[in-house]
This record gives sequence, structure tokens and C-alpha cells, in this order.
Amino acid sequence: MNNEVISRVVPPPPRWLRPLGWIALLGFVAAQAIGFLISAPDRDMGNLQKIMYVHVPSAWVAMLGFFVVFVLSIAFLVTRREDHDRRAAATAEVSVLFTALTLVLGSIWGRPTWGIWWTWDPRLTSTAIMLLIYVGYLALRAFTEDEDRRARWSAAVGILGFLNVPIVYFSVKWWRTLHQVQTIDAAGAIDSAYALALLLNSIAFLLVFVWLVALRAHVARLERLRESWIEDEALVRTGSEAHV
Amino acid sequence: MNAELTRIGAIVWKDLTAERRTKANFNAVVFLAGLILLLFGFAIGTEQASMQPIAGGVIWLTVLFSGTLSFNRSYEQELENGALEMLLLYPGDRRSLFVGKLLANLLFVLLVEVVMLPTAALLYNLPIWTFLAPLSVVLLLGTIGFVTLGTFYAAMASRLRAREVMLPLLLFPMLVPLLVGAVQATGGILNGDIMGSTWWWVRFLFVFDVIFFVAALFAFEYVIED
Repeated sequence: MNNEVISRVVPPPPRWLRPLGWIALLGFVAAQAIGFLISAPDRDMGNLQKIMYVHVPSAWVAMLGFFVVFVLSIAFLVTRREDHDRRAAATAEVSVLFTALTLVLGSIWGRPTWGIWWTWDPRLTSTAIMLLIYVGYLALRAFTEDEDRRARWSAAVGILGFLNVPIVYFSVKWWRTLHQVQTIDAAGAIDSAYALALLLNSIAFLLVFVWLVALRAHVARLERLRESWIEDEALVRTGSEAHV
Repeated sequence: MNAELTRIGAIVWKDLTAERRTKANFNAVVFLAGLILLLFGFAIGTEQASMQPIAGGVIWLTVLFSGTLSFNRSYEQELENGALEMLLLYPGDRRSLFVGKLLANLLFVLLVEVVMLPTAALLYNLPIWTFLAPLSVVLLLGTIGFVTLGTFYAAMASRLRAREVMLPLLLFPMLVPLLVGAVQATGGILNGDIMGSTWWWVRFLFVFDVIFFVAALFAFEYVIED
């Protein structure tokens, strides 16, 4: 490392990032405490039902995340601003994480409840397909080296992928119902204590989500900066003009 | 509009001529389709009772697996000698390039199906001749949606190093609704439509085709530019 590199300014993360992280952590702990201590165990499912407090918010937040990717993708294609692309990528990454979490939690709940890890229920199946669509999105980003190209391509994939989410859901739903297989819709009325725990968990999950996305977007910005420094460095070394 | 139609026609003609002169791709894909049909037979057993109910699924997976091989090639031939840059330099709407490529791929996959379907009927003892008209409608609608998305995603995947794995990874999850609809409609026609849902799935396929044709048409411009 020569002096030139050290003298370069590394931008700090946004000032609100650290407090947000703490608030998210506290919110998460508080929501769990209420879920486990205050709300009573379910009459039929007992404490097993409490997995819903993390499973459902995780699914909601992931879904919201994919919608944000959709909006940011359109915003990028219209404005061509690089930070839209960076944020879309960060949001997609964290949403994929939460989708995977949703599926795992759902399976853990489904095993004792239904007796099986997996069922071809419309919501479950379309969540899995959604996960694969966005894993494709992330893989495309990983394999595309040119930045401008990566941003445009992934925006296109992000838009078409999101359009497909409701279509996948309804196709699986109609496929299953037109064949008259059992449908699992055990929603019913929700007690207010459950509703409170669910609401608090949703807020906590949203905070955690936003914090992770902001952190990831900041890291992406640093990565981008490092790449441009390495390029400059290489130009200096080969003796050509460094473009600054 | 007329000028765009001429451009579309020129692209279709160019692609099909290149294919007709080499035939390498068509022959390979047709034989692969036949091979996949045979492999399904080994995998699911040869009793009539086990084969016929899932014939719709076998036909469509064969179309998807063999057809996917042709999409990347559609662009790969443009990557040599800067052909793609030349194509993009021509005046006119870039969407014509997409529609032209799409139509060429559509004709290609339909031709593969023309050979594949009788082979499937032969191997699995399917009554395709009795239901030729409704089957053709379902095949056409399903293939249009498949080729639309295939042509769109191949525009990206073909220019990546990992193109063989990237195209299916991007394309197949998107094709799930199409696969469900096409298999249900085909199965309904072949096995006697007990649930009366075939017509419903035909309309579903039509809507799927329209949505993704429009979406891909508009998104293509951002994908192809460099």
C-alpha cells in the first residue's frame, strides 16, 4: 500500500445506521419477549404457534422487499442513477435471505402441524418459485462484470420477475383448486394478544430489514469505490494517464 | 410501421437462412427431444396406465429442455465478428430485432414440435390425431410464451461466460405458470376433460403470453444496448 491509497477518503456509513441497528435489535428482543411471555400459547398448537410471529413477518418483509426491488429497477431505468441499482441489489439480497428464512420456518412449523415438511400449497410453492426467481437475479449480477450492463440487465430481470410473482401464485392456486385437493387456509379470527405480538414482530422485522439493506448498500458503495481505485492504480502503474 | 415489418422480416429471414444452411442446430435439438422422450419412458415405466396421465407433462418438459438449447445460439451467432453491433447500428426500432429473433425462434421450436409430437404419440400411444386442432392451439400458445421469455433472457445469458447455466436458471422459474397451464390444458385434451378446465387454462396461457410479450418488448431495449 502506498501513500496515495491511504490518503484516499473512505466514506463513513450513514449517521443513522448505527442507532437504527440498536433500535432494530431492541425491537426484535421486545417483540420476542411479548410473543413468548405475554401472549398465551395457542389452544390447539401450544407454543408451536409462536413460530408464526417470526414466519409471517419474515414473509411480509421479503414480499415488500421484492416490491422495492421492482420500484428501484424502474427508477434506475428511468433515471440511470447508480445508487438506485445499488439499493435494488442490496434489497434483493436481503429479501432472498428473508424468503429462505420464511421457507425454513414454515417447514419447521409444518412438520408437527401437517406431519410433512413440504406441501404443494399455493403460498408455499409460489414462495419457493419467488426465491428461485431472485436467486437468478443475484446470479446474473454475480456473473455480469460490466457495471452499466449489470445494472440495466438486473433491472429488467427485477421488473419481469416481480410481474411474475402474482401470476405464479394464482397459477399454482388454480392448479391445486381445480383438482380439488385439500387447501390449507387455517386463518380464522385472530385474538388481540396474537395480533399485538404479530404487529410488534412485523415492525421489528421491518427495522432489521431496513438496517441490513442500508448496511449492504453501504458495503456495495465501498466495493464500488475500491474497484475504481484498483483501476486507477493499474492505470498509474502502466504509465498511462490516470483518469480522476 | 411498414419499415419495422420489413426489418422484422429481414431478421427472421436471416436467422432462418443461417439455420437452414447449417441444419446443425435443428438436427441436434430434434434428436435430443426424441432422446428425452425415451428417457422419460425409462424413468416412469412403460405401462400404459402410468404413461398416459402424465403425457402432457412429458411433452412440455421435452419442449422446454430441448427448446432452451436453441435460444442462446440465436444470439451467439451475432457475437462473432461484431455482428450484433452492426445490427444495432442499423436505423429503426430495436424492438424489431426482438420481434424478429422471437419469430425465428418460434418457427424453430414449432418445427421441432412438429417432429417431436408424433414421436411422443408413437412412444406413449397418445390419441393426438383425434385432438389435433385443440392440441395445436395449446402448443402454439404455450410455445409463444416460452419463446418470448427464452428470447428475452437469452439476450443476456448468451453474452455471459456461464451462459449454459444462466439461461435455465433465469428462465425456468419464470416459466412455472406457463408449464402449469400448458400441462393442464394438454392433459385435459389428451385424457378427456373431466374437470372442464382446459378452456380456462387456454385463456390463462393467452393472458400470460400477452403480459410477458409486452413486458419483454419494452425491457428489451435496455437489455440489448451496449
